[in-house]
Amino acid sequence: MNAPQNQKSFRLIGTRPVRPDGIDKVTGKAIYGTDFVAAGMLFGATVRSPHPHARIKAIDTRKAEALPGVKAVVTGRDFPVLRPKQREGMEARFAMEDIAQNCMALEKVLYAGHAVAAVAATSQLIAEEAARLIEVEYEVLPHVIELAEAMADDAPVLHDNLFTKGLAETPGKPSNIVLRFEAGNGGVDEALADAAVVVTARYSTQPVHQGYIEPHACVASWNSDGQAQIWCSSQGQFDVRNLTASVLEIAATDIRVMPLEIGGGFGGKTTVYVEPVAMLLSRKAGRPVRLAMSRAEVFLASGPAPGSESEIRIGAAADGTLLGCELQIWNRAGAYPGGDVFSSVSSALMPYRMAAKRVIGWEVLSNMCSTHAYRAPGAPQSVFAVECAIDELAIKLGMDPLDLRLKNAFKQGDPGIMGAPAGDVGMIECLEAAKAHPHWSAPLGPNQARGVAAGGWGNYGGPSTAAVSVASDGSVQVTSGNPDIGGSRASLAIMAAETLEVAYEAVRVTVADTASIGPSMGTGGSRVTFATGKAVVDACEAVIATLKARAAAMWSVGTEDVEFRDGAVHCLAGEKQGEELSMATIAARSAHSGGPVSSEVSICPPGWMPGLGVHICDTEVDPETGNVTVVRYTAFQDTGTAIHPDYVEGQIQGGAVQGIGWALNEAYTYNASGQVDNPGFLDYRMPVCSDMPMIEAVMIQKPNPNHPYGVKGVGETPIVPPLGAVANAVSRAAGVRIRDLPLTPDRIYAAMQAGA
Amino acid sequence: MSKMIISATINGDPVQFLADPGETLLDALRVELGLTGSKEGCGSGDCGACTVVMDGQMVCSCLVLAAEAEGRVVGTIEGVAEGSELHPVQRKFLEKAALQCGFCTPGFIVASKALLDHNPNPTESEVRYWLAGNLCRCTGYDKIVRAVLDAAAELRQERIPA
Repeated sequence: MNAPQNQKSFRLIGTRPVRPDGIDKVTGKAIYGTDFVAAGMLFGATVRSPHPHARIKAIDTRKAEALPGVKAVVTGRDFPVLRPKQREGMEARFAMEDIAQNCMALEKVLYAGHAVAAVAATSQLIAEEAARLIEVEYEVLPHVIELAEAMADDAPVLHDNLFTKGLAETPGKPSNIVLRFEAGNGGVDEALADAAVVVTARYSTQPVHQGYIEPHACVASWNSDGQAQIWCSSQGQFDVRNLTASVLEIAATDIRVMPLEIGGGFGGKTTVYVEPVAMLLSRKAGRPVRLAMSRAEVFLASGPAPGSESEIRIGAAADGTLLGCELQIWNRAGAYPGGDVFSSVSSALMPYRMAAKRVIGWEVLSNMCSTHAYRAPGAPQSVFAVECAIDELAIKLGMDPLDLRLKNAFKQGDPGIMGAPAGDVGMIECLEAAKAHPHWSAPLGPNQARGVAAGGWGNYGGPSTAAVSVASDGSVQVTSGNPDIGGSRASLAIMAAETLEVAYEAVRVTVADTASIGPSMGTGGSRVTFATGKAVVDACEAVIATLKARAAAMWSVGTEDVEFRDGAVHCLAGEKQGEELSMATIAARSAHSGGPVSSEVSICPPGWMPGLGVHICDTEVDPETGNVTVVRYTAFQDTGTAIHPDYVEGQIQGGAVQGIGWALNEAYTYNASGQVDNPGFLDYRMPVCSDMPMIEAVMIQKPNPNHPYGVKGVGETPIVPPLGAVANAVSRAAGVRIRDLPLTPDRIYAAMQAGA
Repeated sequence: MSKMIISATINGDPVQFLADPGETLLDALRVELGLTGSKEGCGSGDCGACTVVMDGQMVCSCLVLAAEAEGRVVGTIEGVAEGSELHPVQRKFLEKAALQCGFCTPGFIVASKALLDHNPNPTESEVRYWLAGNLCRCTGYDKIVRAVLDAAAELRQERIPA
């Protein structure tokens, strides 16, 4: 029943209509985080620690409170003392007390930029002036930033109650090492004993930021009767509600979260930073409070992706058969646990069949902001090491790197690293498409070389709710609980219109607040078109069943004697045979035929599937400066069915360019005092338009049999291959292997000089 | 310090507003005038989300003081469409899916229109360098560049006399 329908028969799936929210977004009418204004609203400002590690001895707020216009001041002491408990966050498990103390430090600050107090005042200028008047007395502690210093035996410890999990013996003293996680079947030593070639190497990546252009912002209004409203941009209004309620220890439904438009997230807006603080300020002031981050605050105090170090040993037989791989990866998680280790491990070898696999992940804390999900969280770091090592193997074997990958490509039925088969992930088709593409055989210019890499993401399902109702004129309202971060209103409208057999324009989609629809997990994990899309289709099917029952009753026939087709119910038997009742007619008679035509469906669909990708990158390396130009880029991906191909291509292109930035330019840099040296877009250099060529996105559409229209999910996979594809191209162009990101000109130039 | 009274022409309309001497044009547009289409992504002139046109010059409104707008002609995203008629750049952004989250879009559209106003036949390279001051993190720029080139082609077509 869930098998994808014949793709050729689709009327709207696979077309490219204009998104329903388009005009608001090209005319400046769309309301994002800081665009919303509440009556009587105050403005907030945050006081942040200049020290990466310090004990808070005293906070004197008296001068700030005395400033005219200041209405409230809060510190960590205003948060409830949380009893230890766990709740499920969006893409990982986090302890509520960590989330609370990341919003505002209680006894210690754990990174430069950690919030210690906040104020609300009648203007932004007064709030900022008041923030400067708050005096904080610190006892500065020694800090650790890099992995090696954080793991040293005598390292200063961030949390004195943190004992490493996953070791054979529980350690006797606390450390900064959160956990060790191992997967795979082992036997690598034996497998590699017979290998013709083995590559042993060490790779590293730096912490990078999601780089969404809209800083975090919210307006909170918390009344003295305990009821509250929050207007904010986030990847999930229900996550904001639940997390805020948990850290403030109030009932979830006492908070109603209104989702505003979201200006990018990429995983970084799946938790709370400003919302609980704005709530406390509002409760004290008795007025709504807007609290927003500046760009510098976003860099200092939101959740970038962990940096990593990897050690890999991988070997192949003379014919290129991969025999075994052992990978060990250390992720630098920042101030609190949650550093993507599980997905680093589970994603590392996803594209390959291999007899012996062993992957070990370590999560390590240090005095930088607490890392958080960033598009395919954890996968780019481990896959970077694997894809570079495979390129090194190909060179040693004298094999074409695509042929080497094809020889070992993951097939349907092969066991994944966690033991279970991942289904038909399209790896072979992507590799074959890459090999057949003109890009692979195009000539290269002087100082140019071509790199290739594969990689993917498991995708996800998760809880989703959607509602579909038919208005009395036959037009259709779809309501979802997922913020539209990149065109999901369009894809949900397409699936609803396809199912109900009406025009795309007859369906309107809205993103509802937490009081107006049942819960949904947030927008992320490449899950919305799959899971929420399925909820929409299920709700449409329920609406069709209602329409048929109503029509059958009006005609006094059984439901088996009616048929739904072309957006109307047709009578197949009895006196009225050949007649039809439109959706409008049935809905308009709802008062006399059993009530409104409407359905709300809540599901947690199984059957999500990974979709893998292969990227080809041509780079030119200037031998005199080490500067890299990306000359040509083509990305191949098994996308499952592309509901709206423009937005699928857009995911591939955007993910690829984020990955190129990760490889070439982007990195958090810290000074000796443990402060971020580049908390702005000038010095944290994301790719700009003139840095990039066109990004050709090639969709290989292998439908997911577990979704009514074959959706797999596409958003995360495209950021996984680029790190390796770019590094392999650069290393081949430079004539020397470079194993550390980012591939800045000075690093490449030095490597070329040393290699020459 | 007391506020200043600023008189300017914004999107063709004469306006007067109050502004602190240190207030940016961006804050004045967004807070005093309610024109929230111009966005703040950085406040330092690096992202271009606040791009407006002042006396024909493309500027980051976060780097301009509100007081500098005195007597000047300012065009924002809210003035790009003529009433409910979208400008071809806006229409092409929609047809080519040149936006995902849409937050950078107002800045890109104002900048793209400014390009086409002074260069009706840009090359891909000229589009890319003109827009190098506008950050987009969602699209990878591919569809944006195509939308601008398409809008340019359409605008040139329109100029051919019937």
